[in-house]
Amino acid sequence: MKLKRTVLLGAAIAGLLASSVAGAVEEQFIGLPSYRVGPYASGGSGVFGGWIDYMQLVNERDGGINGVRLTWEECETEYNNARGVECYERLKKKGSTGNTVFQPVSTGITYSVLDKAAQDKIPVVTIGYGRTDAADGRVFPWVFPLITTYWSQASAIVNFIGTKEGGMDKLKGKKIGLLYHDSAYGKESHAVLDRLATKHGFELSKIAVAHPGNEQQSQWLQLRQLKPDYVILWGWGVMNPTALKAAAKVGYPREKMIGVWWSGAEEDTIPAGPAAKGFIAAGFNVAGANYPVVADIKKFVYGKGKGNMEDKARIGSVYYNRGVVHGLITVEAIRKAQEKFGKGRALTGEQVRWGFENLNLDDARLKALGATGFLPSLKISCADHEGPGVVKFQQWDGSQWKVISDWVESDRPLVRGMIEESAAAYAKEKGIKPRDCSKEG
Amino acid sequence: MLYREAGQFRTSYAEDGRIFPIRQDRIGFALLLLVFGVAVPLLANEYWLKAILTPVLIFSLAAIGLNILTGYAGQLSLGSAAFMAVGAFAAYNFILRVDGMPFLLALALAGLAAALVGVLFGLPSLRIKGFYLAVATLAAQFFIVWVLVKFPWFSNYSSSGVVTAQEVVILGYAFVSPEARYVLTFAVVAVLALAAKNLVRSATGRAWMAVRDMDVAAQVIGFRLMRTKLLAFAVSSFYCGVAGALYAYTYIGTVEPEGFNLDLSFKILFMIIIGGVGSIMGSFLGAAFIVLLPILLDNLVPALFGNALGAGFVSNLQLMIFGGLIIFFLIVEPHGLARLWQIAKEKLRLWPFPH
Repeated sequence: MKLKRTVLLGAAIAGLLASSVAGAVEEQFIGLPSYRVGPYASGGSGVFGGWIDYMQLVNERDGGINGVRLTWEECETEYNNARGVECYERLKKKGSTGNTVFQPVSTGITYSVLDKAAQDKIPVVTIGYGRTDAADGRVFPWVFPLITTYWSQASAIVNFIGTKEGGMDKLKGKKIGLLYHDSAYGKESHAVLDRLATKHGFELSKIAVAHPGNEQQSQWLQLRQLKPDYVILWGWGVMNPTALKAAAKVGYPREKMIGVWWSGAEEDTIPAGPAAKGFIAAGFNVAGANYPVVADIKKFVYGKGKGNMEDKARIGSVYYNRGVVHGLITVEAIRKAQEKFGKGRALTGEQVRWGFENLNLDDARLKALGATGFLPSLKISCADHEGPGVVKFQQWDGSQWKVISDWVESDRPLVRGMIEESAAAYAKEKGIKPRDCSKEG
Repeated sequence: MLYREAGQFRTSYAEDGRIFPIRQDRIGFALLLLVFGVAVPLLANEYWLKAILTPVLIFSLAAIGLNILTGYAGQLSLGSAAFMAVGAFAAYNFILRVDGMPFLLALALAGLAAALVGVLFGLPSLRIKGFYLAVATLAAQFFIVWVLVKFPWFSNYSSSGVVTAQEVVILGYAFVSPEARYVLTFAVVAVLALAAKNLVRSATGRAWMAVRDMDVAAQVIGFRLMRTKLLAFAVSSFYCGVAGALYAYTYIGTVEPEGFNLDLSFKILFMIIIGGVGSIMGSFLGAAFIVLLPILLDNLVPALFGNALGAGFVSNLQLMIFGGLIIFFLIVEPHGLARLWQIAKEKLRLWPFPH
């Protein structure tokens, strides 16, 4: 009798527990290593603001991803590697399934967590920064430098110049100046531009600007003597407006200056004032608030007073939209992973990694998301963790960025060859055996 | 009461010359070693070991390095982070280019390489003093980082200038787990800190302090300035170099030259100012303060005000509180946290019957 009662009681408790688990809303945790103070706060607050707003949108409009609500927590890194590692460790066990994905928006922090994330089975997604050769997914299964890398960007810029000149063969004998931030980031451009210079026969002059770059008189004197046909501005932070102002001073046409995506935001042009007019910059996302996805954020998130941006005028700026791209890709990867591992369930980082690796954002999907032309279509595979490698070019008209090109492709065989070469060297140094992609499901 | 020394007699020179002459201090120190060397790795979780304790230990070592130079020998330096970079990249290259290089030897060689560079940049200290010397060491800070970026040989021709530390293997045992890495860091830091504590009590340390207090007078009574100052630079850079190598191998795992920027040098300088200039223990207290307080604030402030204020404001508020606390501590005790501890100890020795 007693035994029966105990069993019954046990069963009742078990049933109660099970029903309470089933009744609870599943939650997917995303740790955000943000930076809202320090020298790069203007970029960080835009990117993380846009990213949080997009996740809020998915919660408010759709009730989460197939009913799984997104939760997040910010951790201030100050763009500092040591703080970034602390944030990574702090966030990785949070939520019911741990941190889903780590996206530091800092190349330094990316390098610091690469090995740790592989051990902890958390995918590291670096959109438009980070380690370039990680695009070889056979050597770096856990790292996703999505959409495009610095090398693809450099090559796309050369292709853009080629089209402007009327054909790649017209580049022969042309002079291109590279004004770069004297750091690991700035030097990322060298190897690929050197190869392209030999291939197309243009002359490349590399001119370094020491950090932070608020003094560029001698560099522009040098550029005035060289008289390059184009100047590629590979800058960061205060270096960008300074370069634009210095160019205006020596009378170098801004229409011939092409910036990279960390040189092409409102934060780079507005401080330069009228000197920025005509400046062209590459970007894997565009500026503008008249895309359906941004309109939805205004309606569903800001309409309910749940927006993250303190300065609402920045909605639709380059950095804000970049954050929306971060959010959108993260959400779509989780959605993809749910198709395989169970809809409406909270997933682990390992499962979401599969979602990133099998991500396929085609034009139809982008249209459904209201993001046609907002970011390029994207297809990731086991070997290729980069995707299209395309950028759009925008021109500053004095008050806003105007898109002036379609998606411009890179010299894919050359860039991919360099990526595989570099990844193979890394694999050899670290004793990694590359995955066999034909066996991956 | 706790610190009553009554009945503790020193009957030999050896006993008189101990690091910790009071028995309670010896017991306390042994307990400290046991807690942090044995109990902590057994009990602490991964987050604490990896993200909190290991960096505190490593920065303590760097702070000891700077404290030897600034606190004991009186030479102000703003190049500590650069000497850490030398150590990190030297260890990487020694292990990479010499087959079968044992890790501990590489660590020592990394320290020696940093010491050599330190001596080189210490040469101006023979002619210039005080703030002017700080500016000269500032040159070291920028020059070393520039060299490491400029010449790709140092980073083994990596396209981005970033190097990944090799696996740490000692006698066939791979230090992979956070516990193992923490214990390794702790052992190295403990040994070097004890060595530093002894060094500053020796003739060398007294020579440094004589130079610090008045170098002309020190020269008059027979200290050789060049030798003393350069030795301080060498030993200081050795400590910073080893700290840099540990930073790369047991903490971050991948290093880039820009990681060792001026900000980090300033941070180490703040550590010794807050902790106590001219105190080995102060280096530990200062490093703990500078590393832990921002993390504590980052946990505390959003929890308290997160919903009421915007995320951007909360982040800035943390910096304001951090700065405010630094000013508060410097007003309350300009000689640092170590001095606070010393005062507390003196009070305890008389307690409960002060005169």
